[in-house]
Amino acid sequence: MNIDSIYNGIVLDHITAGKSMQIYHDLELDKLDCSVAIIKNVKSNKLGRKDIIKIDQEYSVNLDVLGYIDPDITVSIIRDGETIEKKKVELPERLVNILICKNPRCITTTEQGIDHVFKLANREKRTYRCIYCEEDQQTVS
Amino acid sequence: MRHLIDPMDLDVQEIQELLELANDIIEHKDKYSEVCKGKKLATLFFEPSTRTRLSFEAAMIELGGNVLGFSSADSSSATKGESVHDTIQVVGCYADIIAMRHPKEGAPLFASLKSPVPIINAGDGGHYHPTQTLTDLLTIQREKGRLENLTIGFCGDLKFGRTVHSLIKALSRYDNIRYILISPPELQVPDYIRTEIFERNHIAYQQVERMDEVIQDLDILYMTRVQRERFFNEADYIRLKDTYILDTEKLKKARADLSILHPLPRVNEISTKVDDDPRACYFRQALNGKYVRMALIMKLLEVGGA
Repeated sequence: MNIDSIYNGIVLDHITAGKSMQIYHDLELDKLDCSVAIIKNVKSNKLGRKDIIKIDQEYSVNLDVLGYIDPDITVSIIRDGETIEKKKVELPERLVNILICKNPRCITTTEQGIDHVFKLANREKRTYRCIYCEEDQQTVS
Repeated sequence: MRHLIDPMDLDVQEIQELLELANDIIEHKDKYSEVCKGKKLATLFFEPSTRTRLSFEAAMIELGGNVLGFSSADSSSATKGESVHDTIQVVGCYADIIAMRHPKEGAPLFASLKSPVPIINAGDGGHYHPTQTLTDLLTIQREKGRLENLTIGFCGDLKFGRTVHSLIKALSRYDNIRYILISPPELQVPDYIRTEIFERNHIAYQQVERMDEVIQDLDILYMTRVQRERFFNEADYIRLKDTYILDTEKLKKARADLSILHPLPRVNEISTKVDDDPRACYFRQALNGKYVRMALIMKLLEVGGA
């Protein structure tokens, strides 16, 4: 199967197989007015299988969202047909309005306009903690 | 500008200075009777409380300041749907410092991020109650003469009891504290206390179900109330509320120099017959609460050399 190379845009590579649709939705790529290719279950030497997303326009990607969903992703910025930058995402130290606190006793459940802020509590277990009520929440695995 | 939201907002040195100031206030009350003249404390109690609110108000009055505020959400604009954000913005125009109690966890932290004046967390749901912690530390220091080398038993509702969580966190910075956690399995301390405080700091702790198994080992017995408002289920409350009651019979096994603390209010977890025992410290503890709040208000307002 051949997918055209992109000239100006972004390639999200080394996505854990099966996670590309979640990334598509969470980054709201459906709202972009350009071609977006989702390539699933590509053979990979490193991962066995992986997903890839290609976005055919310059786009400021939210690395915190990516790092939270899948910290192994590589982000390549393509300009004039050349890869000008490669970024490795990682589990972010702080998440703002990405996770929603599920503790019914937390102030975030009643206060209008409050940011849902979590800080990384345990990198190995991928656990985040609400800064207000300190309830832990596990990232999606 | 400083706030007090979490007991760990103050380092050990700052806590020691506060306790020394509180002790000085106890010894020389007249010296401090006008240090807050012209200053106003707002007590914003979105959840009813008698002791804590009156303690704050008495503290400010004894420092020569004035108080304003409300004592339940029903008598505030919260019933009209006003947000914490807007309440704090408005009250910050009228007061120099705010003591806030709110049923939602994290509400005082959120307020502190928006407030033009210092915020003191006077209790946020089942989360923190740092001025009770300061009260407890002052009481332990005055009763025992030290904050190290102690065996402390926490008894009752250790899951929802915010005073317990705050005190455990604060004491974790002192040397050689042995923790004995006495509660039914349903009301044991939350996981984050176990992992973040005990395990991360390599602090030994023991969990037991019966008070009479360990009472003879304790320097301090910290009793707590099983709070009806922390339960989602009334049947669970009824089943557990009488589980741990301290009476004169159980006290026979305890050391002569045991100190019994309780954040109050008490329901029936300590028999009133214990009140006359010299080991009962809880009313002295309530008095200490006023003095340590006086010291805290002075520190946050930066008055009187604090």
